Amino acid sequence: MESPRKNKLLIGLLAAGVILIVKLFIIQIVDDKYKIDASNNSMVYDIIYPTRGVIYDRNGRILVGNKVAYDILVTPREVEPFDTLLLAEVLDVEPDFIRGKMAEYRRDRRKIGFQSTVMIKQLPAENYMRFAEIAYMFPGFKGQTRSIRDYPFNAGGNLLGYVSEVDANFIKKHPDEYRPGDYAGKTGIEASREKELRGEKGYHIYLRNSRNQIQSQYNDGESDKEAVPGKDIVTTIDAVLQQYGQELMQNKVGSLVAIEPATGEILALVSSPGIDVDELADIRRHYDKIVKDPYKPMFNRAVQASYPPGSVFKLVNGLIGLQEGTLKPTDSYPCSMGYHFGKHKLGCHAHTSPIQLEQAIMMSCNAYFCYALRYTLENRKYSSIAEALDKWHEYVESFGFGKKLGSDFPSELGGTIPTSKLYNRVYGKGGWKFTTIISISIGQGEIGVTPLQIANLSATVANRGWYIIPHIVKDSPDLTIEDKYKERHYTMVDTTQFQMVVPGMWRAVNSGFGSGGTASIAAVPGLDICGKTGTAQNPRGADNSVFICFAPKDNPKIAVAAYVENAGFGATWAAPIASLLVEKYLTGEISRPDLEQRIMEGDLMWRVKKD
Amino acid sequence: MEKRFSSRSMKQSYDWRLIGIYLALVFIGLVNIYASIHSSEPSSIFDLSVRSGMQCIWIATAFGLAALILFVIPPRVWEGAALPMYLGVLFLLVVVIFVGVDVKGSRSWFSFGPVRFQPAEISKITTSLLLALIISSQNFKMNRLKDFMKVALVIAIPMLVIVAEKETGSALVYTGFIFMLYREGLSGWILAFIGVTILMFILTLTASPYTAIVVLLAIAMLANSLRGREAVRNTLICAAVVAVLVFLPSYISKPMYVLIGLVVVAVPVLCYLAYKHKNGFLFFTVIGTVIGIMLSFSTDIIFNKVMQEHQRKRIEVLLGIKDDPAGVGYNVNQSMIAIGSGGFSGKGYLHGTQTTYGFVPEQSTDFIFCTVGEEWGFLGCLLVIGLYIALIWRIITDAEKSREHFTRVYGYCVASCLFMHLFINIGMTIGLMPVIGIPLPMMSYGGSSLWGFTIMIFIFVVLDHQEKKYF
Repeated sequence: MESPRKNKLLIGLLAAGVILIVKLFIIQIVDDKYKIDASNNSMVYDIIYPTRGVIYDRNGRILVGNKVAYDILVTPREVEPFDTLLLAEVLDVEPDFIRGKMAEYRRDRRKIGFQSTVMIKQLPAENYMRFAEIAYMFPGFKGQTRSIRDYPFNAGGNLLGYVSEVDANFIKKHPDEYRPGDYAGKTGIEASREKELRGEKGYHIYLRNSRNQIQSQYNDGESDKEAVPGKDIVTTIDAVLQQYGQELMQNKVGSLVAIEPATGEILALVSSPGIDVDELADIRRHYDKIVKDPYKPMFNRAVQASYPPGSVFKLVNGLIGLQEGTLKPTDSYPCSMGYHFGKHKLGCHAHTSPIQLEQAIMMSCNAYFCYALRYTLENRKYSSIAEALDKWHEYVESFGFGKKLGSDFPSELGGTIPTSKLYNRVYGKGGWKFTTIISISIGQGEIGVTPLQIANLSATVANRGWYIIPHIVKDSPDLTIEDKYKERHYTMVDTTQFQMVVPGMWRAVNSGFGSGGTASIAAVPGLDICGKTGTAQNPRGADNSVFICFAPKDNPKIAVAAYVENAGFGATWAAPIASLLVEKYLTGEISRPDLEQRIMEGDLMWRVKKD
Repeated sequence: MEKRFSSRSMKQSYDWRLIGIYLALVFIGLVNIYASIHSSEPSSIFDLSVRSGMQCIWIATAFGLAALILFVIPPRVWEGAALPMYLGVLFLLVVVIFVGVDVKGSRSWFSFGPVRFQPAEISKITTSLLLALIISSQNFKMNRLKDFMKVALVIAIPMLVIVAEKETGSALVYTGFIFMLYREGLSGWILAFIGVTILMFILTLTASPYTAIVVLLAIAMLANSLRGREAVRNTLICAAVVAVLVFLPSYISKPMYVLIGLVVVAVPVLCYLAYKHKNGFLFFTVIGTVIGIMLSFSTDIIFNKVMQEHQRKRIEVLLGIKDDPAGVGYNVNQSMIAIGSGGFSGKGYLHGTQTTYGFVPEQSTDFIFCTVGEEWGFLGCLLVIGLYIALIWRIITDAEKSREHFTRVYGYCVASCLFMHLFINIGMTIGLMPVIGIPLPMMSYGGSSLWGFTIMIFIFVVLDHQEKKYF
């Protein structure tokens, strides 16, 4: 009586069973997707935000610390009718703001569900205290502590950078590291050292049900993770010096950089106009104003602006000539109000003639350095001026020009130093000679350098022939800096040659008024400041005022570069600013209050063309 | 001698193994209902204020019903009462549309105070009994049109009424009787035709009508090639034609015209060949293919015009045409997450995070299998599916051994219903089937369903038992 169809049906039954089991095998064992989805589904990660690392100056002063602020959270489902005016008053917002928010929550109530959302960010502690006293009147509202940045010193706004909430773009770039509501450093040290400063977020894991209500702690808290506070950063900045530098540079456009020559540590780096720390602390409110400011306070001129160096570059050309053997310290050249070639001349100011190297530096003679570069480039050793220029280029690069120094600033500019290739392109091959490019003798023309590179030149001369890459972060217990910030970089010029130019720099400052020394205004008795002025042509108005110096002459402790846009002669603004900074650093006080007052009150902003 | 004796004593007894499997599933159901409602504040499994406690009452009463069927009600009654019971339940099915309470849009429940009762659950039994009665009658011939229509009406009437109650899921179960009909002599081609129709429907929706028709042609050609004398040669020719059709769309912008042209030319030729060679099979496949092609073109109309919005959405989600994890896909997505996260051996009893925290909706009724999947893992699923397969297997083999035609047909009806519930319900929880709200037999929470299956199975047990007594 048994039918063969019974067996077919039984096989069908087994096949159906196998289909179910294979699908189960796939979703339960093969595919991990569902396990991940399950943990997302039921676990709530309650994030514990770490405190951000503190930024110190070189002497242990806190430049950037943390203070507590409060986010006001609202759980719309728990809110009961409340006194809008009272709440607006204690939270220091407009009543309409609260009404608008509540209307928004009502509109999105399905999306929000039982969750809480942030209504007000970073409420200052004083306001929060007033709210906390009457919080019982506002069910559904609560505060959540967040630590925000605090700036006890108005020093180095641009260097420090600001911290702000990450936006969608930022999250897209760092998908696994940031989530909405996180904060991150956006500029300066906050950005470049973000990895160390931010620390690691911790979390408590809770289990929730499908209505988003917390049910219990997951795994009795054993899987929770504590937040790891951010690492502290010790900078090379001297807060007092930095602040003083900012005061000297106020109402001027330019840069002021001070380096400790022996270590390459940046003692102060001012870019003016800059950002006040008050603005940093509340960047959201000031951001628009800062961005719209025609003087671009966010722009760090000290490392991002390329300028002609002017006469301070004569030192480099002199040193190259000495090394090449085409210039001897005793060589003397004539100067009759400039260097004449054909019908043209490259002008100079009135001084004695002829003069030797030391005097040429002291008086900043243009003609002398035209001769110096000419003999370097017309050296018979080289088959052509092009080859000689490329050799010159190699020398200049060894001083740290024409390429990024490699400092720890995130967006450092390299500047430009011309090569034969450049002139071949502009004038055609063989279409140029020394007189075509004569202006590079005095640091003009196609040369572009950053104030940091000029400061590095000052440090290199101070060290008599080597530099350490300027940097702003020091070794600290939490953090070891890269070895490249500890290595000496020698220039291609022998250290002995540097001895030939230092006396000229000393005499430029310390020969007294009327001697022809260009920087007598920078002299401070007993400090042995050595310096070199520069007056760089600025196609956008008056000349830029440039000055580099170091002190004392032997075992220098500080090397400075001051670069003030449209401020005229190097000696008028840059030299006093640099020398005041040196004096402040070496003695802690100022012996020339009149000069200090003139500098601080000087307002040169009107001379600078706005974009 | 000994063997004969033991088999004899076995025959005289009830099928205890079948009853054992039934009890095991009821028990597994109960503990999983408890797990599914167990939340952060656990109560006793017997607490009457929660579903597990209520299920205990349903189980106790179900056992009472089973005892009644086994020991009190004379087994011969079922055959005699088949027609009146069928009519009575049919009456209830109609009445409930007018007086029933609305439960999630369907009017299929009678409500007596706290107790609710769904006649559709009983209707499966009465339909099975009447089917058994008709098919087991002396001069019934399945392939005689008059007899087949009788059977079809017995199945279709309650089915249509249940559709009218908007209980599409329960109605779908009735299609399972096709397996019983097949066993009782219905042509296998009808089964094949239904299978191919479903395949065409799915292919038309997920791929394109062109793909569906090419697949249909491939099946038809292959079936003919394999039957013919030169099977290898014909199969190769068939494969070549299919290959050309598959690559056609890459070269021609409107391949459908070519395809239709091909069919229009081929059909008269093939019909003539079939007539000449007296090849009935060829003739039927040609007709079947033409009907299939027409079906494929009408799929769009059926899908968009005949089906209701929510049914259409469920099918779209199932077939992956539309992804909708927060809407219609929510249940399936959550259910698959729960089961998938169980892994090989599960998270442990009462340790599920998805099912205990209420992510899966309907988790103690239609989605009870999620709790098994999450807390007991793949092994638990294997056990539960194994038990169901064993139960259905046992019913089929018992039915097949039976000397009474009535018992055999009834047994196959029971097996078909159980199979449909099993496959649709579990298939739904793991995304193989659209979301169709029918319970998992014996395990899902609810009195109606448990009573229904208990009565259904124990009528078979007692029928199986009583006929063995005569030998």
